[in-house]
Amino acid sequence: MAESTGFTRRHFLTVATVVTGAAGAIATAVPFVASFKPSARAQALGAPVTVDISKLEPGAMTRVERRGRAIFVVNRTEEMLGTLAKDADRLKDPDSEDSTQPEDAKNEHRSVRPQFLVLEGVCTHLGCAPMARFEVAPADLGADWPGGFYCPCHGSKFDLAGRVFMGVPAPLNLPVPPYRYINDNTILIGSETGNS
Amino acid sequence: MASTEADVFDRLGRGLSALGAWIDDRFPMTKLIKEHATEYYASKNFNFWYGFGVIATFVLVLQLVTGIFLTMNYKPASADAFASVEYIMRDVEWGWLIRYLHSTGASAFFIVVYLHMFRGLLYGSYKKPRELVWIIGMFIYLSLMAEAFFGYLLPWGNMSYWGAQVIVSLFGAVPVIGNDLAEWIRGDFYISDITLNRFFAFHVIAVPLLLVALVVVHIMALHEVGSNNPDGIEIKEHKGPDGHPIDGVAFHPYHTSKDLVIVIVFLILFSAAVFFAPDMGGYFLEHANFEPADQLRTPEHIAPVWYFTPFYAILRAVPNKLVGVALMGSAVLLLFFLPWLDRCRVKSIRYRSWIYKLALMGFAITFVALGYLGLQPATGAVPRLSLVFTILYFAFFALMPFYTRNEKTKPVPTRVTW
Repeated sequence: MAESTGFTRRHFLTVATVVTGAAGAIATAVPFVASFKPSARAQALGAPVTVDISKLEPGAMTRVERRGRAIFVVNRTEEMLGTLAKDADRLKDPDSEDSTQPEDAKNEHRSVRPQFLVLEGVCTHLGCAPMARFEVAPADLGADWPGGFYCPCHGSKFDLAGRVFMGVPAPLNLPVPPYRYINDNTILIGSETGNS
Repeated sequence: MASTEADVFDRLGRGLSALGAWIDDRFPMTKLIKEHATEYYASKNFNFWYGFGVIATFVLVLQLVTGIFLTMNYKPASADAFASVEYIMRDVEWGWLIRYLHSTGASAFFIVVYLHMFRGLLYGSYKKPRELVWIIGMFIYLSLMAEAFFGYLLPWGNMSYWGAQVIVSLFGAVPVIGNDLAEWIRGDFYISDITLNRFFAFHVIAVPLLLVALVVVHIMALHEVGSNNPDGIEIKEHKGPDGHPIDGVAFHPYHTSKDLVIVIVFLILFSAAVFFAPDMGGYFLEHANFEPADQLRTPEHIAPVWYFTPFYAILRAVPNKLVGVALMGSAVLLLFFLPWLDRCRVKSIRYRSWIYKLALMGFAITFVALGYLGLQPATGAVPRLSLVFTILYFAFFALMPFYTRNEKTKPVPTRVTW
């Protein structure tokens, strides 16, 4: 007989007990860990919201709330739209390849209709609500500021299509939520079905 | 008959010692008092730097007591929280005092703990054989940061709200699982009533329990190895015929009576803040927090409370989300490794080389500068300066094994000096 490894029936039973006990402890932890996830009530509070854009003046922005987050709706003027083409080489993701938007808003103006921009007002860095800074070249943002969104938390900058500039902490463009036009003056935001 | 009074006291004394003996047969009361107070010998050359541990313990008790009283009127629901804090401030008898003691206590706790940690850096208190004392202390510091963070959401002011939003989003930077992790912490898709309720549970039950347990373990580990001293030498190496260190005096009554004075001095300064400047010009209680949380509007200038700003400045020094978060995390974690990064055998700054004195001074300035920069808006020269000081912060740790390896130290005395 080969030399004994010293591993006895008692050792085996000890290991088996510890393994079984550990599996039980992990199984017991599951309900506690899972109780931290968004509850059924929290998940249900995601209904789409409608925005009336007939009163929104050119160059103005309105905020609505959905799922506790700000949704920005901007009525962009021709000048504002004109800035979008100029800054492509200063943007991290000019074509929104890595950013979030529905298919029908994945274009150079990042919107279904060029004039109306719909964005989630949630900075892709750490989730603050960026401020609308539509004025051109203000003192604090520099002479090359074309107008856009500025996040007060960590200084991230976005253009008038919510595209992020280089050299700021935010990694991606501001997300565009799924939305569609119910009629000419009303947008339904948060509906997963597109315009088609 | 003149002895009657003496007889009464004599009988009382005998009764008390009988009670003590009865307890000692069942619980190690006298043994614990001896081990941790009357026969715990600490160096007789302590200076004021050695008072911050006692003050920190005092502030912990203050926070626990005021906190318990605040929970009796506070409501952890998003619809009621802000109003219930206003109710405490205006309608509850002495509510304003209890709340200001608690809010000022939070800042005082960090001031005291930072000075306590700096004492460790000055006199090498993290070095062998006190590595575990230091590491347990670092866990206390981490718990304290968690406690402060959870507590900061409870008033449900606008700065509370967006501060929590930013910190929870930090977890979103973790690759792959980040967003699910942040959602799991919040329990919702945004900071909501659900988040507030669970942060309340963490702030008043989970973290305080952990904190108290860690403080007990910290003190037990300290009393096992013995306190360091400004000379950084082991007083246990020179014992008298009674077996006690010659350079040590009993913690009680000698250090306790001195600590009483230290606590009184602290209370004078603390009371001045509580009564004359409880918001400390926006540093202890931020102005944006005097309006209720608004989910749609971030305050125009957002900064964490001062005690987090050094790390916050590191977070935003790099224009990359993941790198910024990783740097901020490692800025805290690096402190855990101090006992092994520092290769010098000499503990106290008194006998160490000019190069370490320079490095430590530079580190202190860097920490304060980062704290200042973290309070400023991220425009102009602030991002660039933050980057410079972030590099200096990490250089202190990264280069430590090299500049401490062959230090030209002064001769260390064998007995303490005072």
